[in-house]
Amino acid sequence: MRAATAYLLAGWAAACASSGAHAAPAAAPAAAATPAPRGATGTAAESLSVNRPQYPSTYQRHPYPPVVITNATIMTAAGQEIPHASILFREGQIVAVGATVQAPSDAIKVDGTGKWVTPGIIDVHSHLGVYAAPATDAESDGNELTGPVTAEVWAEHSFWPQDPQIPLAIAGGVTTIQALPGSGNLIGGRSAVLKLIPTRTVQAMKFPGAHYGLKMACGENPKRVYGRRNQFPSTRMGNVAGYRGAFIQAEEYRRKWDAWNRDHKGDPPDRNLRLETLAEVLRGNIYVQNHCYRADEMAQMLDLAREFGFKIRAFHHAVESYKIGDLLAQAGTASAVWADWYGFKEEAMDGIQQNAALLQQAGARITLHSDDPGGIQRLNQETAKAMYAGQRAGIPVTRDQALRWITANPAWVLGLDSVVGTLEPGKMADVVLWSGDPFSVYSKAVQVYNDGWLVYDRNDPAHQPRSDFELGQEPPPGSDR
Amino acid sequence: MIAVLLAQTIAITGGTVYPVSGPKVDHATVLMRDGRIAAVGANVPVPHDALRIDATGKWVTPGLIDGAGQMGLTEIGAVPGTNDAAVRNDTVAASFNVAEGINPASTLIPITRIEGVTTTLAAPETGLIRGQAVLIDLDGATLEAMLVKSPVAVVAELSERTKDAGGGSRAGAAERLRRVFDDALEYGRRKTDWARAQIHPLAASGADLAALGPVLRGELPLIVIANRRSDIETALRIGREYHLKLILAGAAEGWLSASAIARANVPVLVRPLDNVPSYDALGVRYENAALLARAGVKVALLETDTHNSRNLRQQAGNAVANGMTWDQALRAVTLSPAEIFGVADRYGSIALGKVADVVVWSGDPFEFATAVEHVYIRGREIPLKSRQTELLERYRKLPPY
Repeated sequence: MRAATAYLLAGWAAACASSGAHAAPAAAPAAAATPAPRGATGTAAESLSVNRPQYPSTYQRHPYPPVVITNATIMTAAGQEIPHASILFREGQIVAVGATVQAPSDAIKVDGTGKWVTPGIIDVHSHLGVYAAPATDAESDGNELTGPVTAEVWAEHSFWPQDPQIPLAIAGGVTTIQALPGSGNLIGGRSAVLKLIPTRTVQAMKFPGAHYGLKMACGENPKRVYGRRNQFPSTRMGNVAGYRGAFIQAEEYRRKWDAWNRDHKGDPPDRNLRLETLAEVLRGNIYVQNHCYRADEMAQMLDLAREFGFKIRAFHHAVESYKIGDLLAQAGTASAVWADWYGFKEEAMDGIQQNAALLQQAGARITLHSDDPGGIQRLNQETAKAMYAGQRAGIPVTRDQALRWITANPAWVLGLDSVVGTLEPGKMADVVLWSGDPFSVYSKAVQVYNDGWLVYDRNDPAHQPRSDFELGQEPPPGSDR
Repeated sequence: MIAVLLAQTIAITGGTVYPVSGPKVDHATVLMRDGRIAAVGANVPVPHDALRIDATGKWVTPGLIDGAGQMGLTEIGAVPGTNDAAVRNDTVAASFNVAEGINPASTLIPITRIEGVTTTLAAPETGLIRGQAVLIDLDGATLEAMLVKSPVAVVAELSERTKDAGGGSRAGAAERLRRVFDDALEYGRRKTDWARAQIHPLAASGADLAALGPVLRGELPLIVIANRRSDIETALRIGREYHLKLILAGAAEGWLSASAIARANVPVLVRPLDNVPSYDALGVRYENAALLARAGVKVALLETDTHNSRNLRQQAGNAVANGMTWDQALRAVTLSPAEIFGVADRYGSIALGKVADVVVWSGDPFEFATAVEHVYIRGREIPLKSRQTELLERYRKLPPY
């Protein structure tokens, strides 16, 4: 919701709530989720669209000198919070973290006295670019509500890189997002995993090697959208039948294509975009990102995944995950949650502030997500709320664990945990310098480095990106950033 | 009887007290008796039979006041049967007072008050003139037990959302508002003619025109929701024309008109954490509250989303992070809203005779690390329990099946 214009209006209409492996940082762009394995030989295979590049990433690291930040408190998200420490990164890679680091003479030196350093924040649930600001019908591109199963649509084909919400999120320390289709459909389409940098094209933001996600949605939204039209599905049992029907088709499609890719006998099977994406889920190349609020429904979805032999990477929103922490830990499925949202819809009734902490206690994986253009700008604050709510209730949560909720854990949800999410040598240099403890309400991101490039500096207008949309607007939007 | 009265005497001792109406007092005592503040200061004798609450090392403030939202008027946002804040099909609903729509049993009330918010507005939604807002304390089994003031103000809106009430143009909406005000004045002068149907048709029902009487006499404030600078200026213009006691709400681009707002002596209700541009407010920015305060405008800070009303302290902390002083921000969630809503004689400060809405915090109320330790509403200690704490206790240890 746009709170500025929605004064005194109940805010249930929040974004999605109402609608609906990167090998090494320097690796060449490669679509991990190629629709079907390339034909091993033969010109016949090469003449097929399926074997040509599928909207590949054109991301390139922006050249920037080496940087050393000294005398800061460094939170690595890998077990350590080191006072009076330094961090060196060059050519997009973290080189060293510790009490003393050897900085090359050409390094830019940043005095971190009194400041904190963390990995860049990763938001696995964003609608930036697909529900761009200003929120008009013309820019409402997140929900393909023309049928309950639209696995064939890709969020990147809606994504507008000039969304003025992007620079705002960058200023909040966010370096990577998963832009998702909305939740109005049972199966809403592919996500886009993006480096949050100013660019002209979405291709230039696509995180090399990231796994595509498949947006699926449980519960109220799909059955409401289609039930109101007197169409299928109009019930939760209809929802489940809808997923099953789609994956049964995908099984057959996968079998045909796998067989043809093996022996190239006869004509290739017909290409079907919808089933191509679902088959990639069955092959384990596309990760299921499942909007689901209620514990009992999540348990049903885990059964669905077992029926078809895939994994659900993360339940999103998941306000009742705390009721089934054991099941989620056992299934290896993460929960992407808010700190404290509840009550805006019936299936969100049981949201509590200790959801994340209780999941931590149960040994399940947690990430905090925003699903909101405001919330994405302060995921550090939301994390602080959830951490302290847990600690106050006597649930042990460490600062490092809490920081992992918005760094290392979301990196895992996107299959990027070997690449980003911690401040360890060899990791991609997605680094945020904070004015103070990131878990204080008074702290703000001072500098944000994405792959070693200074994309934002609170004290230098030359490093404060502005979208095209903002130019010439009087007054300039978000001028405080 | 005497025993009962004595049991109502509570002494919060040893804490750092922020009375808001005056400078902070270290190692102070707050004495509450019969729902009122009986004494406050460093050298207050504690009656031997008072219940002593040791607040050493703690911070003591007035209960926070959220000047926005639909507390008691909404339970589940997307379930219409639980929402009572709007009258449909009526763009001029000045006589609609939300009070009897309030559900004192709403689960949002305990959820909110245990985070230190003790008093909120309950405001009508939708329409050019939405209706009448009331102020409630977040404790009590009946409406009468909760009401602080009713009505507090009539609420109107001049924005892209209400221009349809003027035929699709902002100018049309402003003119329609003027026609309604003119007719309300006419109605006030010629009530007898109106009753005998000896008057031209008026722009609203008799009840709605009558309800605007106190507004047009300057007795009852008119809250105007406006975000674009031009809409804010329109609101100020209409306020001048009709000599209204104006309150601006939303005011996302208020910082652009800060000196005009200050000159007009119009207070502003602001949600600090708004910076996502819309065509209704391209100039929205986090520093709005600070810039208004710096220009001399009286500012109250809000959390407009009813379910998130408990995050008012996060809003206030962010206002500080974006340029307000800490003292300004505390005032903007206590005494300033009390003044704006005309209840500062009873609310918003810890001072002799004031209603004992008091919160004891483990530290800075705006910090996430800070816990609420005690909440008093009208001198009654509120148990720190809610539907959510019960859910926590049920699932703290997972059941076997």
